[in-house]
Amino acid sequence: MAQIAGTERGAAAGTRDAGRAAGPPRARRARRPKKETGQEPGLVHRRWWTPYLFLLPGLALVVLFSLWPFVNTVILSLTDAQILRGGGFVGFDNYVRALQDDTFWLALVNSVVYTVVVVPCLVFLPLALAVLVQKKIPGIGFFRSAFYTPVIASAVVVGLMWQWILRSDGLVNTVFQKLSLISEPVPFLTDSTMLLVSAMIVTVWKGLGYYMVFYLAALGNVPTSLYEAAAIDGAGPVRRFFSITVPTVKPMMLLVGTLSAISALRVFTEIYILGGESGGPGGDSRTLPFLIRQVGLGFAGETGYAAAISILLFLLTLVFSVLGHRLSKGDEN
Amino acid sequence: MSTTGPAAAKAAAQAAAEAGTQAVAGAGPEEPAAGARKPKRYSRRVIVGLSGRYLTLCLMLVVLVGPIVWQFLTSLKGRGENVYEGVLPSDPTLDNYTRVAEAFPLFQYVGNTLVVAALAITSNCLFAAMGGYALSRAGWRGRKTVFTVLIATLMFPFESVMISMFLTVREMGLVDTLVGVWLPGAVSVLNLMIMRAAFLAVPKEVEEAAVLDGANEWQRFRRVFVPSAKGALAVVCITSFMGAWDDFLWPLIVLTDSDNYTLQLGLKTLAGATTVNDQRLIAAGAMAALLPMLLLFFALQRYFFRGVGEGAIKT
Repeated sequence: MAQIAGTERGAAAGTRDAGRAAGPPRARRARRPKKETGQEPGLVHRRWWTPYLFLLPGLALVVLFSLWPFVNTVILSLTDAQILRGGGFVGFDNYVRALQDDTFWLALVNSVVYTVVVVPCLVFLPLALAVLVQKKIPGIGFFRSAFYTPVIASAVVVGLMWQWILRSDGLVNTVFQKLSLISEPVPFLTDSTMLLVSAMIVTVWKGLGYYMVFYLAALGNVPTSLYEAAAIDGAGPVRRFFSITVPTVKPMMLLVGTLSAISALRVFTEIYILGGESGGPGGDSRTLPFLIRQVGLGFAGETGYAAAISILLFLLTLVFSVLGHRLSKGDEN
Repeated sequence: MSTTGPAAAKAAAQAAAEAGTQAVAGAGPEEPAAGARKPKRYSRRVIVGLSGRYLTLCLMLVVLVGPIVWQFLTSLKGRGENVYEGVLPSDPTLDNYTRVAEAFPLFQYVGNTLVVAALAITSNCLFAAMGGYALSRAGWRGRKTVFTVLIATLMFPFESVMISMFLTVREMGLVDTLVGVWLPGAVSVLNLMIMRAAFLAVPKEVEEAAVLDGANEWQRFRRVFVPSAKGALAVVCITSFMGAWDDFLWPLIVLTDSDNYTLQLGLKTLAGATTVNDQRLIAAGAMAALLPMLLLFFALQRYFFRGVGEGAIKT
């Protein structure tokens, strides 16, 4: 392969030399590299504006629907804008208001608790699952695919399914009552704390297969010789797992931790479907995205205040990203 | 590779992409799993270990797939049947599906969703391929800046820009339209990155050969680069379709008239015991939304898994 490529490159260079020798094109080619700094060497020349033309539609959309909304959110967060009228500059009033707002703290605590519980589950359980399906035994392909099906299901579908499993007249409560394990139905969906727990269960259930695929990739990089050497030295399977597997997949654990933390902070649909539009009984299970939508939209929507909460949510996700990044950097050193 | 993201994450993403494909396609090299190949005569210890493994696998199967299968079976149960007792429907019927289609305009919701999905697939494939092509070519000013800006936008969670996004869409007069649902997701940065990576993998010699043949830039893009990145395009297709089919929060914000509802949005009327109190109907609705996706998944598995790996660039 390398040889063939080399030959072609040689041929291409030969043609170029021929072209230079021929006369008129020479002047043009010779001038070009000066004008366009960083031009890739070789045969490929293009008009300076062609790449921009190719990039235009995509970049325009990204700027309009990602970059600009972010800049606009920052601007709005410093104003008292409402959904039906623009606002004046109020400095950091919205942020101060948020910090004094009990509802904001409720949503913040819910979001953070949610993340703190869900992330360890999604870092360790998928790893165990990956170890389970890693070994190539007959039928393992089926299990791997099957474990991925909850990922394919939308959050709404998953919510609907679990809603019925967890309802007061749902499967779990009915079966437990029949077995006389409980006398009263467990209020999975009607108690604000239990509702959050239920949503956590659903999130973990849906995320297991997703992160399993990440770990399968990482496990593939563990050298077999290490296991063999450890086995000869008398290390059992548990010891081998903690001394060989865990250190090798540690970077992946950090990545999974970061990704799952960010997506846990963004949780909305599960709680909406399980707990209803208000966000659980009395709205006590609201998370930050829930609050942003409630505050910012509707006829009395306070876009300025909602924007401030949005920025605080963004900063929170940033903290987790930076944390993950730092930890993985520290690992490399 | 000139990137700004965390190096470890990137390497991991690539590894995930590779192994993800291998794991499912089964075409990759043998995984270095301990004891992947054993001699034919099994010792007792191996047999015990193996059956323990299968037992655990089956247990996880019940936990992860059980609820879905059971929901599917519930959707087939007749009106007279007890939804709590017995797993298998004694008299399987599709009655619930017709009833759910009567109870709410299921087909209209599916139609709306397909409109959004078709737009999303087309725009994502076209614009992500074009943009990714430009990003993969060297020698133009601002390339690094554009790349950095694109990566930076990946840092903004949708939830923290959705209010402003709504205001933008409102200013364009697209509130309560399907175009308004589609447009903000018309091209995703992730897809741009997937296409860029695929085009970077095209050997320079192929491009130079096309130049020698007199192909202009668009012809090279269209006839040389796009055909050699078919796998990545398939990933883009699937992720865009899945995004359009599964999205909930953004349609919830943009759409108000229930005539314009997408499928997931329509399904929310099934949530909550007040509106519908028949689990068979809820199950049928959920299955109507899930089964097409599931069929797609089992038909095109390896692209789904590649999407996961390449999605890891997110951080």
